[in-house]
Order: sequence, then C-alpha cells, then structure tokens
Amino acid sequence: MQAMINKHFLIKVGMILGTVWFIWFANGHFDEYTVRILNNIAIFVILAVSYNLINGVTGQFSLEPNGFVAIGAYVTALLLISPDAKSYQYAIADPYPFVMTLQSNFVVALLLSGLLAMLLALVLSFPVFRVRGDYLAIVTLGFGFIIKILAINHPEVTNGSLGLNDIPEFSNLYWTGGLAIVAVVVILNIVNSKFGRAMKAVRDDEDAAIAMGVNTFKAKTLAFCTSAFFEGVGGGLLAALLTSISPDLFDFFFTFQLLIIIVLGGLGSTTGAIIGTVLVMGGSEWMRFLDEPMNLFGYETTAMPGMRMVVFSLVLIFIMLFAREGVMGKRELTDLFKSRKKGGK
Amino acid sequence: MILKIENVTKNFGGVSAIKETSFSVAPKEIFGLIGPNGAGKTTMFNIITGNYEPSSGSVIFRNEVLNGLKPHHIVRKGIARTFQNIRLFSSMSVLDNVLIGFDFQVRYGFLESIIRFPRFLSEEKRIKTRSMEILDYFGMSAFAHEKAVDLSYGQQRKVEIARALATNPELLLLDEPAAGMNPSETEELGELIKKARVDFDLTVLVIEHDMKFVNQLCDKVLVLDYGKTIFEGKPADAIQDPEVIAAYLGDFHND
Repeated sequence: MQAMINKHFLIKVGMILGTVWFIWFANGHFDEYTVRILNNIAIFVILAVSYNLINGVTGQFSLEPNGFVAIGAYVTALLLISPDAKSYQYAIADPYPFVMTLQSNFVVALLLSGLLAMLLALVLSFPVFRVRGDYLAIVTLGFGFIIKILAINHPEVTNGSLGLNDIPEFSNLYWTGGLAIVAVVVILNIVNSKFGRAMKAVRDDEDAAIAMGVNTFKAKTLAFCTSAFFEGVGGGLLAALLTSISPDLFDFFFTFQLLIIIVLGGLGSTTGAIIGTVLVMGGSEWMRFLDEPMNLFGYETTAMPGMRMVVFSLVLIFIMLFAREGVMGKRELTDLFKSRKKGGK
Repeated sequence: MILKIENVTKNFGGVSAIKETSFSVAPKEIFGLIGPNGAGKTTMFNIITGNYEPSSGSVIFRNEVLNGLKPHHIVRKGIARTFQNIRLFSSMSVLDNVLIGFDFQVRYGFLESIIRFPRFLSEEKRIKTRSMEILDYFGMSAFAHEKAVDLSYGQQRKVEIARALATNPELLLLDEPAAGMNPSETEELGELIKKARVDFDLTVLVIEHDMKFVNQLCDKVLVLDYGKTIFEGKPADAIQDPEVIAAYLGDFHND
C-alpha cells in the first residue's frame, strides 16, 4: 500500500517537473506563433479543469464560464491599463473617476479577478442550489448574457462595445503554464479529498449522499465557487495575453468551446479535461485550412470562415451519440498506471 | 427508549399515509415494521430520517425532538439508513462508498485539503483504516477497489449496510434488506445483522415482508395497515393475530 502511494506520488511529481521543463524549453526554443498557441492552451487548461469540477465531477450542468471569464478579464484589464492609456481610449462616455485611479500589480489583479468571480458565484449559489434540477444551466446561461449586456451598456467603466485596449502584456508561458499547474494540482487535491468525494456522491445519487450526512448544498457551492475563482483568474490571464478585450469575446460560444473540451476529454476526469484542451485547441489551429479557400481535386472552394466550428459541432454530436465517455471517461491519467489484479468490467 | 414516535400523522393531499401512530424502540432492540404494501412503512422511515415533515406528532430520538431538522443533520445525530432499492454511488469504488459515510466526521478544512496539511493525511489514513475494518467485518475488503456496481446484489446490500455503519449510527434503519435474496442469503444476512447489533452497539429498525426473516431477526414488531397500527408485540404472536392475518390475506369472514 505504502509503495503504491509512493509510486503514484512519484508519477505526479514527474508529470509536474516534466511540464515545468517543457514550459522552460518552449519559452526559449519555440517560435512566437507556437508559444502563443501554448499560452492559449495553458489558459484553457485552467478554464477546462475548473469547468469540469462543477459540470463533470459534481454533475451540475452549468453554462457559466463566459460570464466569470468576462468578469476576470475586465477586472484585470481595469487594474493593469495605465492611467495614461485609459485617458485617451474612453470614446463613448467619460470614465468614472475611480476607473482612472484603479491600479495594481499583476498578482493582485489576478487574485481580485478570481475573488470577485467567486463572490458572484456564492451569491448565485443560494437561489440555484436550494432547489434541484437544471436551474443552474438556465441561471448561468442568463448570467453570461447579463454580464455581456452590462459590459456593453456601461461605457463609463468598460468602454462599451469598443472594449478595453492597451492592456500590458504580462501573460507569458511562465504565468499561464505556472498557474495551469497550480489550478490542476489544487483541483486534483480537492477531488481527492472528502470534498471531492462528496461532490462525486452528489453527482451519483444526491438522496443517498444526504442519507450519509453529506451537506449537498455545501458540496455544490464549493465546487461552483472554486470553478468561478479559476475562471476569473483565467479571464485575467487571457486579458493580459490578448492585450485588448471586448464584450463580444465572451459570448456563449466561449462556453460552448469549453463544453466540447470537457465532453471530449471525459466528463468528470480532470486529466481528461487537459487532454481535451490540447486536442481541441491544437486541432483548432491544425484545422485552420478548413476556413480558407481550398483546392479539392481541382475544384476551387471559396473561404468559409466558421467551417472549423461546424467540424467541432459534428465532433460533439458524434461523441454524444457514440462515445459518451469521451477520451478518459471518469478515470484519471494516473489510473492508467495502476496495476489491475482483476479484469474489471 | 431510544426512539419514540408520538401520534405521528402524515397526509399527502387528502390521503393519510400514516394515522396517529405511536411506538417506541428500546436500546439495542431489533424492531420490525411490517405490513402489506402501501401500509406506510417507508413513509415512516422518511419521517424519521427527516425527508418528510410529519403533518402532526413528533419524532423523539434520545430525548430530542427531531421535527424540522434537515436529513443530513439527523444522520449526524446517529440515525443511518439503507434504501429499499440499493442506492450505492455507481461511479465510485466500494471503499469510496464507505468513506462517504465518514464525510461529516472528518476533521480537516477545505484549504487543508488543497495544501495537504499533515492533518489531512492523518485523517484520510484514519478513515481509510476504519472503512477497511468495516468492510472486513462484512467480508468485503477484497472488493474495496472494485466499482460498487460491479458487485453481486447480495454484496451490494452488504456494502450499503457497511456504508450506513460508517456514519457511526446508534439507530440503523433497514428498508427491506432481504428483498431479492434467496433463502440462504436471507438467513446469512439475518445472522449478520444480529451480530452487528452487538459489535456496533446498534438499535435496528427494519422494514420487511419476509415473515420468516422477521421471526428469525426481530425482538418486537409493529404491524401497520393503511397507516394504522393493528398489532404490536412479539413476531411469533403477530402471525397468529386475526387482524394481521386479515390485513395480509383479506378478511374472509365479512365477505
């Protein structure tokens, strides 16, 4: 037993060290385009593992990421943009004075982004988790739209549909990759504790969980708030990577993309969410040629922007019909190293 | 008396599932709740566990009124249950199923689990050892890492009882534990429950249809019919009682 724990521990440490080495290597050796893709993948790993916590592990169907990511992105952007840059970009309305004076460093900005998202998640939890059913999906879908509309209609803070520009580009592979490791480790530690067990119990059978003395409201709220925190942080990283953000960036499509990722990776598997991110984000770059004009056996097609999305939607339908478990099912990567004494069903 | 049910009535719309029922269960007793289908037995369980609020009357456990408490608080007072149709956590291992029973007894916080404090590790070790002991008691420790749904029906029953015992109850409610079992499995389960009563210091309240099983197991029975008590006493006397026979077989004399 002890030897097995040590073996698992060593595999985990090995994986983390391997990732750290890869980040260091990629930063020095890869071209700018590849590093940018890796940055995107790292941020989406953060978002996917946290989205999977509420959707896959706890089994509460939710459509929240775009709302919390938007909050994180705007908070970080407002805290990072220099007063100088702020003074000339508000074109629709004059900014509130407090908008001009808000300033902080990157760490505080990311932390506040996460905390604000978490606080909003906590407020949403009370009406949503007191009742059972798919209310969470409806409420979080609406929440995403509300955030977008608020961003458009409050140009004094957000510069409306023009968005915020000249965000200092603080995000680099060390930040995005490092925080991705932190997010994965934190979420795996939660999943492998009594809190994670309670979340899985809620997913499998909520009544039975209650009959075991589990406070299911608390389990759901913890999962939702943790998700929101990392989505806020991810949003902040995204803002500091893209250097400009606008409300259109955070529409429902954003959530849909994450949904494809976690379903493809296997709902409920944290390492599956990572694999899903790499497949979808990598595949999305690889399939760029689909959006462009193509020469099919001598027949010229015109450019079809969005063709990649059609492919992804088809992939999602295919998974739902034929491979519900996704790549990993509910297993984790480390489970594959377990020596199985008996052939399970 | 460890459990007292005082004048409990439960109405669903215009239908009374339970009418003015009272009974008491003594410590360490195995008390049978029997009666034909629709007699209100499971409703009574759901009232004791807090899933239903009684329309009137009160449930008193160790001199404390339980009315109005949430189900997960009632578990923490020392009342655990199993379900009529087995409800294990299907995606989790047998061990994890039992570990869930320790959920509220584990003393580490959310941040401690994230940073893996020493207390996290020692607490996890403590409950894992304890869970394996309970599984071992039921002869199930060999299956600890199997998925619960991959086990046979009888084994799943045992895991469900083991999981309920993990909450460290004083009162164990068993909802038709012998349902779907063959006679030899039923007898074995009966002996196991009797043994567990001594080893885990339990009082047991059991719903059952199988009268042979009830006879073997219970010290005392309460027979319900259409929500009313028609008999209370020794199981051997219950099967002689004309009213009980009438409830089960129909009343031939008046027809």
